[in-house]
Amino acid sequence: MMRAVDAIMECLKAEGVDVVFGYPGGANLPTYDAFVDAGIRHILVRHEAGGGHAAEGYAKASGKVGVVFATSGPGATNIVTPLTDAMMDSVPMVAFTGQVRTELLGTDGFQEADTFGITMPIVKHSFVIQHPAEIPRAVHEAFHIARTGRPGPVLIDIPQDLSRAEIDYQPVEDVHLPGYQPTVDGNSKQIRLAAKALANARRPVLYAGGGVVSSGASEELRALADAGNFPVTCTLMGLGTFPAPHPQWLGMLGMHGTRAANYAMDEADLIVAIGARFDDRITGKLSEFAPRAKFIHIDIDPAEISKNVPAHIPIVGDAKRILDRLVDEYRALEPDKARLAGWWERIEHWRQQYPLRYDDTPDSEIKPQYLVQALYEATDNGDCILSSDVGQHQMWAAQYFHFSQPRRWINSGGLGTMGFGLPAAIGAAVACPDVPSVLLTGDGSFQMNIQELGTARQFDIPVKCVIMDNGYLGMVRQWQELFWDRRYSNVDMGSYPDWVKLAEAYGAKGVLLTDKRTLVDDLRAALATPGPVVVDVKVTREENTYPMIAPGAAAREMVG
Amino acid sequence: MGEPGTKEILSLEELEASAGVRTGRKHILSILVENKPGVLTRIAGLFARRGFNIDTLAVGPTDDPTLSRITLTLDGAMHPIDQVTKQLHKLVNVIKIRDLEPAETVARELALFKVSADGATRAEVMQMVEIFRGKIIDVSKRSVIIEVTGSWEKIEAFERMVRPFGLIEMARTGEIAISRGRGET
Repeated sequence: MMRAVDAIMECLKAEGVDVVFGYPGGANLPTYDAFVDAGIRHILVRHEAGGGHAAEGYAKASGKVGVVFATSGPGATNIVTPLTDAMMDSVPMVAFTGQVRTELLGTDGFQEADTFGITMPIVKHSFVIQHPAEIPRAVHEAFHIARTGRPGPVLIDIPQDLSRAEIDYQPVEDVHLPGYQPTVDGNSKQIRLAAKALANARRPVLYAGGGVVSSGASEELRALADAGNFPVTCTLMGLGTFPAPHPQWLGMLGMHGTRAANYAMDEADLIVAIGARFDDRITGKLSEFAPRAKFIHIDIDPAEISKNVPAHIPIVGDAKRILDRLVDEYRALEPDKARLAGWWERIEHWRQQYPLRYDDTPDSEIKPQYLVQALYEATDNGDCILSSDVGQHQMWAAQYFHFSQPRRWINSGGLGTMGFGLPAAIGAAVACPDVPSVLLTGDGSFQMNIQELGTARQFDIPVKCVIMDNGYLGMVRQWQELFWDRRYSNVDMGSYPDWVKLAEAYGAKGVLLTDKRTLVDDLRAALATPGPVVVDVKVTREENTYPMIAPGAAAREMVG
Repeated sequence: MGEPGTKEILSLEELEASAGVRTGRKHILSILVENKPGVLTRIAGLFARRGFNIDTLAVGPTDDPTLSRITLTLDGAMHPIDQVTKQLHKLVNVIKIRDLEPAETVARELALFKVSADGATRAEVMQMVEIFRGKIIDVSKRSVIIEVTGSWEKIEAFERMVRPFGLIEMARTGEIAISRGRGET
């Protein structure tokens, strides 16, 4: 016999968990008692939202399941945003929430919230524990569901009295989920059909998303691109799955993608979507999206196929396995390689005509785009895990930081969660201590989870936080400028706080950078400083992220 | 279209996409779910947030005590049924979904009607009940309660017939359905 909470610790160890993020409170006191002897590293965050995002950053950087603990009521509601974020970006995560004692359930007890009800639409699955003996199986099922199929967050809600009950713990060897059987192997006939379609395409594009990262299919994606000399573009979530410095790389597509990528999609006769879901930030005006194209859609989630764009050849399964077989099938057809010459000529024309650009002069202030380029240089061509928050800085990072490996770019795509960056960078640093963890954030986003500087300091997590500081909520300001007649409403953040002093108050190193001429060297020096560092870089206040497809417009109508 | 596996030419023009098809007819989905707390909430929540509108819904036990059957009907003119079933399949507690073929399905609904019927009209109402093979299960001075079972269409037809007499109240269960023949639904 052992306490259910001690059984939870055993289950975590059996799942290979060695570090978790969390915050204690009344309803999960038993769990926190179990942590004392469990031998599992627990990182005490300063806010449950920080814990949830740190678990996400950990999961995104490592590919393992991130784990977060929170108490009932406010603890649980504070992880609602990270859970939603993880759901939107398919991040494997298990969240343990405390709940009031069973006798208090439904009585509006102290710190009671209907966690199951609140989180139902934002989790892949959830377990509400009703008997302590269920707990070990629920934990293993939660991890299984979180990491398999299309990954996502799973929540386990445990009433306080049940968590401290004694149970007869037996290790769980298997999971039994009759209603959960993800398809992993793609249909052979469909794969052959896809190969034939590719062999006959004259203007093909490979469009890869975050699913390629989750699947670990970067090698296979590259093999397919090589086999057919296909042009490749990635979504925001897919960046890094195809090496940016590669002749077949078109750049990111979508609202702030490159013209080469968006025009190629527009003129393509065949688009192969791999682990991507045709989000509105990709398609723009749906009725005018890729009007000449047929679609091969490879995805592990059957519900994504033909959700927004009807697929001509749907293939449900794991991208890695499917791409591997697709490459073989394609090669066996011995297609005519010369057929893409005209297509590449067209793409080359776009690349020459419309490179990413911004106005800069030697004596100007620091342009935000230049900051990204300088950071790329200062990290020895991006040799780091770069996390970002949400807004202009995120888009500039996506454009100018050339990601060459998967799991090196950590950001909030689907939900667009400001405040994601700092805790995620902490999680990434914990997951991969040998790779520098750099955060590129904005002065708006950074303040949304700034309290996690305390976590970084206390646990000596050496995150290097670079603030692209324009004193504005830059992306909102840009939209007000472009679409609301420059009537600025509540976007000026002033110059608060004094970032250097704030960093110092947390016991971290603070640096203010304003000189463009020495920026690369100054960044290099800051990144080399041990421990957490906050680098405040003052940039041009009103700079717009271009190019851009206006919301609801078509790719053809890109501006800037 | 070229057979897969051969090197025969496949023309992209020949590829056709089928998705988001609105069939235009009523669909009866028979959904086997684990008999666990919160499952109905998950299904109802899914329909609400994806904007799917349920016409009728019936939930009950099956021959297996660990499973429940949810029978729901929805309008195939309003919703892409394939997207509905695919989203339902993502719920871990959903074991099996059948989009029942109308020709191979027996579907029944139970309805109770409270109809005005005084001495002058009672005979006429009773005649209607007989035609529809319903039952009068309660009588008062000025009204009767009628029980009718049948397909959704039959219930609709009965409602149209008795409404002129003065329909005071109506309660319907929503259809339950099972497939014809030996095979399991």
